[in-house]
Amino acid sequence: MRKAFAPLALITAVLFATAVLLIAQAPYESTMGLVQKIFYFHVPSWIGMYAAIFTCGAASVLVLANGSAVADRFAVAGAELAVLFGASGLVTGPLWARKAWGVWWTWEVRLVTALLLWLVFVAYLIVRRYGGPGSEKLAAAVALFGTAVAPFVYVSVNFWRTMHPLTTVVPTLPRTMGVPMAVSALAFLMLFYLLLMLRVGLAERQATLDELYLALED
Amino acid sequence: MTASVDFDSVQILDVSRHFGRRRALSRISLTARAGEIVGLLGPNGAGKSTLLSILATLTTPSTGEVRYGDRRPRDLGASLRTCIGLLAHELFLYPELSARQNLAFFADLYGIDAGAAVPAALDRAGLGTRADDAVSEFSRGMRQRLALERALLHRPRLVLLDEPFTGLDDEAVHLVSARLRQLAADGAIVMVATHDLELAEGLATRVAFVRDGRLIADEPATPGLRARYRRAVGSV
Amino acid sequence: MFVRTTLLVLRKDFAIERRSLEIFVTTLFFAVACVLVFSFGLVKEGRAPTDVAAAILWIAIAFAGTLALGRTFERERYGETIRALLAAPAPRPALYVGKLLGVVFLLAVAEAILVPLIGVLFAAPFFAKPLAFVALLAAGTIGFATVGTLFAAMLMRTRSRDVLLPILLYPITIPVIICGVRGTAALLATPADEPMAIMWLGILVAMDTVFMTIALWTFETLMID
Repeated sequence: MRKAFAPLALITAVLFATAVLLIAQAPYESTMGLVQKIFYFHVPSWIGMYAAIFTCGAASVLVLANGSAVADRFAVAGAELAVLFGASGLVTGPLWARKAWGVWWTWEVRLVTALLLWLVFVAYLIVRRYGGPGSEKLAAAVALFGTAVAPFVYVSVNFWRTMHPLTTVVPTLPRTMGVPMAVSALAFLMLFYLLLMLRVGLAERQATLDELYLALED
Repeated sequence: MTASVDFDSVQILDVSRHFGRRRALSRISLTARAGEIVGLLGPNGAGKSTLLSILATLTTPSTGEVRYGDRRPRDLGASLRTCIGLLAHELFLYPELSARQNLAFFADLYGIDAGAAVPAALDRAGLGTRADDAVSEFSRGMRQRLALERALLHRPRLVLLDEPFTGLDDEAVHLVSARLRQLAADGAIVMVATHDLELAEGLATRVAFVRDGRLIADEPATPGLRARYRRAVGSV
Repeated sequence: MFVRTTLLVLRKDFAIERRSLEIFVTTLFFAVACVLVFSFGLVKEGRAPTDVAAAILWIAIAFAGTLALGRTFERERYGETIRALLAAPAPRPALYVGKLLGVVFLLAVAEAILVPLIGVLFAAPFFAKPLAFVALLAAGTIGFATVGTLFAAMLMRTRSRDVLLPILLYPITIPVIICGVRGTAALLATPADEPMAIMWLGILVAMDTVFMTIALWTFETLMID
């Protein structure tokens, strides 16, 4: 990982730079002007969050199945990144929505699902922080339930909203907007991967330190 | 229940348990056989309770393993617990229920005929007249005696007791000690964790000194225990 | 063995509760207080907004349920009897189911009081389609209790367990509440929209199945140190 870090970081930086350039050059959307371009950061934020959630969920299953310490590091890293990227999405979303729809928030299915999932992983971090020893398994259970419930949230809120339709559908993107979006998404995913590896590495070093402390007492 | 699960020795093999950076147990190796009364002696916080918890399958070791008659707990499954009796510091009693109800519940849970076992247990605990009073009304000593009988209700092979003499008067101590000796004579493996050296001296056949999670000494219980303990553990 | 253990645990909890009725009475009273607080908060110019009855019912169940969960496991924490239960040869998931059934029963009794109360306060025709409504209540209560019992059990040895339980429980049971409220609201509409309620019921039942499966699989791992 150490050896790969620098080139990967470089690639990520390049991707971001490219993305920014492309975004700057992308055409303005008809009604919204510059603010619409928040979207290029908003959607990838959610992509990042869902990638993190998937990581945390999968790792949590392993933590509960065989108590794997490695899985636990990925789980906590995934949860932290889910909260981070989710926060980014929750901030950029309303900023965009205010201009696009005139409201800061709406009870549309994607928003509600994302918000609830974000809350689940905030709860994950709270349990790990304040739960005392042995809270890794408890948090893993939270992550597992949260991930398992996500499709149900989507389904139920979807049905809920179709009763009162609102024109909040994400517009299909024309080609000229698709490319910057893709690059931006890729950049975000690279960033997610980098941060994940950094955090897992940190957790590894923490574990080594704990082992050394323990060995010291022997 | 099933004879196939029974065992006549329990081996603690290089067991360690840590909680984060805190070491509760450090590479404990110990074997206890049927007919022995092993005294786990050590100051508070030495790790005795953690060790008993591991032996009762309520805690898993961080490293090392416990074997029951050479077999792993995983292979033995839930029926292993029919052979284990645990009495911890917290007594495991429901204060809202009566002594009889407490015993009957656990008898049913262990699949024993409550009609026969419960009155006998009440008798041995000396609670015959108070059987239907709520445990919350009992004195500490009464609760302790009841808790001990609850732990022994299913005649376990491995008897794990954490400070069983707390709150007992001399006569009760005498009775309980005799009971434990009888259990060992009948083939049980008895492990008693305590910091009371005098009690241990009269009762145990072997002693294991534990301090800071480490096994300091493991030897037969011969006279002069107190002096050896002081030397080994450093304080009393 | 499994069923026997479950019934033993349930019977034991009934025996304890019978003596003092403490959890019973306090949970019921709390639920009623919840309903009144919400009512006073929402009523404007002597009338309550429509569709509020369904929401109040489920919120009261959620709040009262959280309280009852905490108290139920406090009982097992007091004498550390949960350890004695885990040390017994009983299959550990059976302990979970025994506790779960106790909580569901308690909430069922609470609902038996809340439903008429809210029905009267808000002139809400809960029993327009009685079967669908009861099924909805049952599925929602079981869903909430399934997750709640597991979380309350696993938090027993944790500090700050009282505040952690709602923090963990609510985000995950919000979909249960959504389905319950929407389904109930569908039944309260004029005319009662039974097919819609059945649809919500279907989602609830699917969720309950998933939750129960996960809970049974993880219970033992979570309870052993």
